[in-house]
This record gives sequence, structure tokens and C-alpha cells, in this order.
Amino acid sequence: MGRFVIRRLLGTVLVLFAVSVLTFLIFNVVPNSDPAQRMAGKNATPELIASINEEWGFNDSLPTQYVTMMKKIFTGELISYEGREPVDERIVEGIPATLSLCIGAAVIWMFFGILFGYLSAVKAGGWLDTTLTVVAVAGISMPVFWLAAILLNYLAYKTGIFPSQGYVELTENPLDWAYHLVLPWVTLAILYLGFYSRVLRSTMLDVMNEDYVRTARAKGLSERRVMRKHVMRNSLIPIVTLFGLDFGALLGGAILIEKIFNLNGIGQYAEEALANFDLPPIMAITLYGAFFVVLFNSLVDIAYAYLDPRIRLGESAQ
Amino acid sequence: MASVQAEPIAVSAAADSGPWRLALRRLRRNRVALGFLGLFVAIVVFVIAAPLWADHVAHTGPNATHTLERITVGGEKRDVVNPEGKPLGPQWFGAGGKFFLGADSRLGRDEMVRLMYGGRTSLIIGVVSALITTILATVLGLLSGYYRGWTDSVISRAMDVLWAFPVLLLAIALGVSLAIGGLKIGPVEISGGSIWIPILIIGVVMTPYMARPLRGEVLALREKEFVEAAVAQGAGSLRVMFAELLPNLWSTIIVFFTLNIAGNMLLESALSYLGVGVQPPNSSWGTMISTGSELITSAPLLTIIPGTMILLTVLSLNVFGDGLRDALDPKSKVRFEARAGVAATGAAGTEGLEELGR
Repeated sequence: MGRFVIRRLLGTVLVLFAVSVLTFLIFNVVPNSDPAQRMAGKNATPELIASINEEWGFNDSLPTQYVTMMKKIFTGELISYEGREPVDERIVEGIPATLSLCIGAAVIWMFFGILFGYLSAVKAGGWLDTTLTVVAVAGISMPVFWLAAILLNYLAYKTGIFPSQGYVELTENPLDWAYHLVLPWVTLAILYLGFYSRVLRSTMLDVMNEDYVRTARAKGLSERRVMRKHVMRNSLIPIVTLFGLDFGALLGGAILIEKIFNLNGIGQYAEEALANFDLPPIMAITLYGAFFVVLFNSLVDIAYAYLDPRIRLGESAQ
Repeated sequence: MASVQAEPIAVSAAADSGPWRLALRRLRRNRVALGFLGLFVAIVVFVIAAPLWADHVAHTGPNATHTLERITVGGEKRDVVNPEGKPLGPQWFGAGGKFFLGADSRLGRDEMVRLMYGGRTSLIIGVVSALITTILATVLGLLSGYYRGWTDSVISRAMDVLWAFPVLLLAIALGVSLAIGGLKIGPVEISGGSIWIPILIIGVVMTPYMARPLRGEVLALREKEFVEAAVAQGAGSLRVMFAELLPNLWSTIIVFFTLNIAGNMLLESALSYLGVGVQPPNSSWGTMISTGSELITSAPLLTIIPGTMILLTVLSLNVFGDGLRDALDPKSKVRFEARAGVAATGAAGTEGLEELGR
């Protein structure tokens, strides 16, 4: 078990290294993205560009530039090209908004996802199942930014039921915080909700065919007890896994939702940086996001290995 | 471990009918799936008919601007774009089919014509990028599942790296950089505005999500007796992979391909909405939502219509894909996630689900 964990974590570090190199390369082999040119502005003199190149080390070889940038990321000294502000400060500022968005949405989608999935499975084939399936698949099938734009138009601009944009600190005013986040929460939750209820439904239908469920029924347990104690409990494992992975991925910022609702979280910062070819924040955010993805991936794998020794022994399936 | 064992299908029906015929029979009974297939076909016909509508009904092209023009509706003159900059609303057949859905923006382009041509772009990107993903994922899955060892390690690590990237972030990063500079691979040169850029980006970015479950299936299949039998008969590696293993993967591949088109169309719309997918003057449903949403308070239809088209297309593919899976392999546990474009920064995998060895 110990060796498995160490190998898994080592793999994680290698993956993160590869991610950082890849990101760096994407933005350094692109033509027309000379950062000095952009920083100097439209009517820059060659002297100005040369001095910027000198000052920011753009003349160094790519490996040197990469090493310098990575050092700065880990010491928190990274400065963005655009606006020349400290990157880690902006990221830290963005964390509360991103975290509030993710946690709130997660609570909603888990609650309704499990509820809908449960009802669908118990009433499989009935009209309730059909209705919930339609709702779930429709939720998965729409562009999130489109749903957000429409909700904003009808519930905020037109009727003023909800505020249209912005983020209010939780510490400042909890009510206002929630009020500003209702629409982003709902939009984000609708996407995941459908997927979770579908997964739960199909897992439950599988579990219902297991021998131990038949045994439970045979020994005379009530249908409700069979469902809750035997079927539900075993069907929740994949849901919890999925949740770990999705939540890890979301912590890197929800680019589209944050942008549309102007929440000023990490995702929005990433989008701004990408639009400006601002490499330092892009590097930092990509690494930060990838870190959570691989971290939660590894946690899930390790948890499985702990629960199921077959995975530990089956080398190739990592 | 990989979950799917291609169990022999219970042969309660006619013993002489092959698995494909059985699948077709099962699919034919699934009215819902067939209905949504019909919807998808209708959408394809709709976008194919674009030039017909443009030439014979609307008499304009998708990128032709009519900002300062006026049209006559029932004897009354109307500005295509009024002095306040508000585009014309839907005219239906009031002007003989011109501006059927109104004008798209201050530029006064025909919304209906753009919708039809934009749908072509969206569908082409979805289908072609799904083809790329499917081919890449199948080859990679076969290689790593069949050879195992270091081949598998190299391929799986590479997939891990792509997997670790928040999908949307990677796609945007590639989009931002390639849309400006274009792409040059050897003799092939692709300009920045070409729709090949989003096609290639989406095709590559989505590969790990399909390659992983396929690899798992190959790992399970290669332990089967028929592989052993082929090897004993002296079949080479290529033959085993493509003549023995591949036919057993077809049903999974077809289902994944269908769902992949849906996911890729959503990713395309997100990229285009952020301005790093389809570049002007080309339009796609994603870019149309982007233009439309600037006028959402005064002309909400310009946002609602292209979004509804995406919703209907993706929905039809998702429902049909599900039905296809039920028909081809009712016991299948392998899931492919077609929601990378949906999820905010990335879609996490269900690999854990498969590995659970339910």
C-alpha cells in the first residue's frame, strides 16, 4: 500500500511538470505573441522593446526562461506582463469567489442529483422516470453560457428578481453573498445534476439485480428498507467518486460562469490572462487547476486501492 | 480493472441472426431513440438546405450586410437596422422570406441564413473532430491495451497529462495561440481563421476521455480465448489488433462516436463564444450566441434561437447515443463522458467507476 501511494504521488509530480512545460511551450512557440512588443505598446521604439527584453529576461534561452518562471511561481514572486501586478495576489483574491461558487453549486447538484436519480430508479419506466430523464438529458445538452445568459436576461435584467452581476464577500454580508450567487449556483448545478442523476439511476438499476438485494427481499425486509440500506448505500460509491473528481476540476475556476456573472474568481482571471497572452498568470492558474485535478484523481485511486486490493495488484491499470 | 466483458447476448431470439441484426431489432423497438434520430436527421437536412434558402428565399448570403437597407413588409417600409441600432425582428414570410428570423446585429445580416450556414460549421466541426478523436483514441487504446508494458506506460502518461489539463483552459490556450498565428505542420499550412483550427484542437483535447475506456476494454479482451487462438494460428500483432480485437470494439466505438459529436459541439460553442473557436466572418451557433447576447435585453431571440439549435442537436445525439448503447450492448458499463465542453474547466473521468470492478 505504501509503495502504491508513493508511486502514485510521484506520477502526479511528473504529470504536473509535463503540464507546466506544455503550457510554457504553447505560448512560446506562437508567432506574433512577443511579450515585449505587447508590453511596449503600439508605438514602441526598438530601444524600449530591447530594454523590456533585457529587463524581463526575454532574451534568455527558453529553458532558462522556464526555470526562472517556475522558481517565481513557487516563491510567489510572479509578476504578470499585463498590468504588471503580482499574480499570486490576484489568485488569492479570486479563491473566495471560486470556492463559494463551487461549494454552493455542489450542494445543489448533489442533493437534486441524488434525489432525481433515486426517484428515477425506484419508478423506472414510469412517467416520473421519463420526465426526470428528459430534464436530466436536456440539462446536460445545453451550452452553459447560453443558459446563464438567458437566466440573467429574464431573472435579472428584465424583472430584477436577482442582481445581475458581481460577487459580495461572505464576511461582508452573508445574505447579499447568497443573493448574488443564486443564479450562478443554479446554472452550474443544472449541468452536473443531470449527469449525476443518470449515473445514480443506472448504478441503482444494476445493484437491484444483485444477489444480496434478492436475499434482503427474501428475508422479508420492507421495500423501503431494501432500497435505503442495501441499494442506495452501494450505489452511492460511484457518485462520491465522481464528485471528488468533478469538484477537484472545478476548483481550478469555472471560466464561463465566472465570466458571465462577473464573479472575479480564478476562472475569470484565467480567461482575461488568456485573452491578453499574459503568460505568467496562465502558467500559474493552469498549474493550480491541474494540481487539483491530479490531486483528486490520486486521492480517488488511493482510496480505491485501499478498499479493493485487486487494483493494487493489477499493475497496468494504474 | 476494465469492466466490460463482451458477454454473449442471450440468444432467445432467432438463433441464426447475428449480433448486429439483434441490435438493429432492439433499436427499432426503442421509439424514443428513433424519434431523436429523426430530429437529428431533420437538423442535418435543415443545414444542408442552407444554399437553397439563401439563393431562392432570402436572396442574400450569410455574411452579406444590409445595415442601411429597408425592406417592404405588407406595403410598409421597415429599416433593417433602426436608427437606435436595433436590428429588425422576425418577419416570417412578410417580406417573402427575407429576414425570416430578423437581422442579426447592427450589421443587418439575415439571421435565418446565418443560422443555417452556422449550423453547417457547428455540425462539421462536431463530426470531423469526433472522427479525429475516435481514430486517435482507437489506435492509442489498441496499442496500449495490446502491447501493455512500456508502450502502455508512455501512452497512458501522455493521456494523463492531457487529462490533468483543465479541458477548457487547454482548448482556450490552444485557440488563443493558433487563431493568431495559424498552424504549420510540414507542408500543411492552416491559416488562423480556418475552421480546421477548432477541429484539430477539439479532436486532440477530447482524445484521453475516449482512449482510456477503450484501453480498458482492450485489456480485458486480449485475455480472451479467441485472441489466444489467433496467436496460436500465427497471427501477427497488427492482425490481432485490427482483425480480432477491433471488431469487438465496434459497438463501443460507434456509441462513443455519437456521444462525442455532442460533446464536441458543446466545446465548439464554448470556444466560439469566448472568441477562440470559429473566427469571423464564418459563423457557427456558438459565435451567433456570442453576437446575440450583446443585444439580449432588446432582442432576446437572437440568443435563444442558436442556443436552442445547439440544445436540440446535442440532445438528439445524446438520447440516440444512449439508445444505441442499449441496443448494441445492453450490459455495457463503459461510459464515455461527452461533457467536457459543458463542465466549467474540465470534466473529470469516470475511470474510477470502471475500475471499481462492479
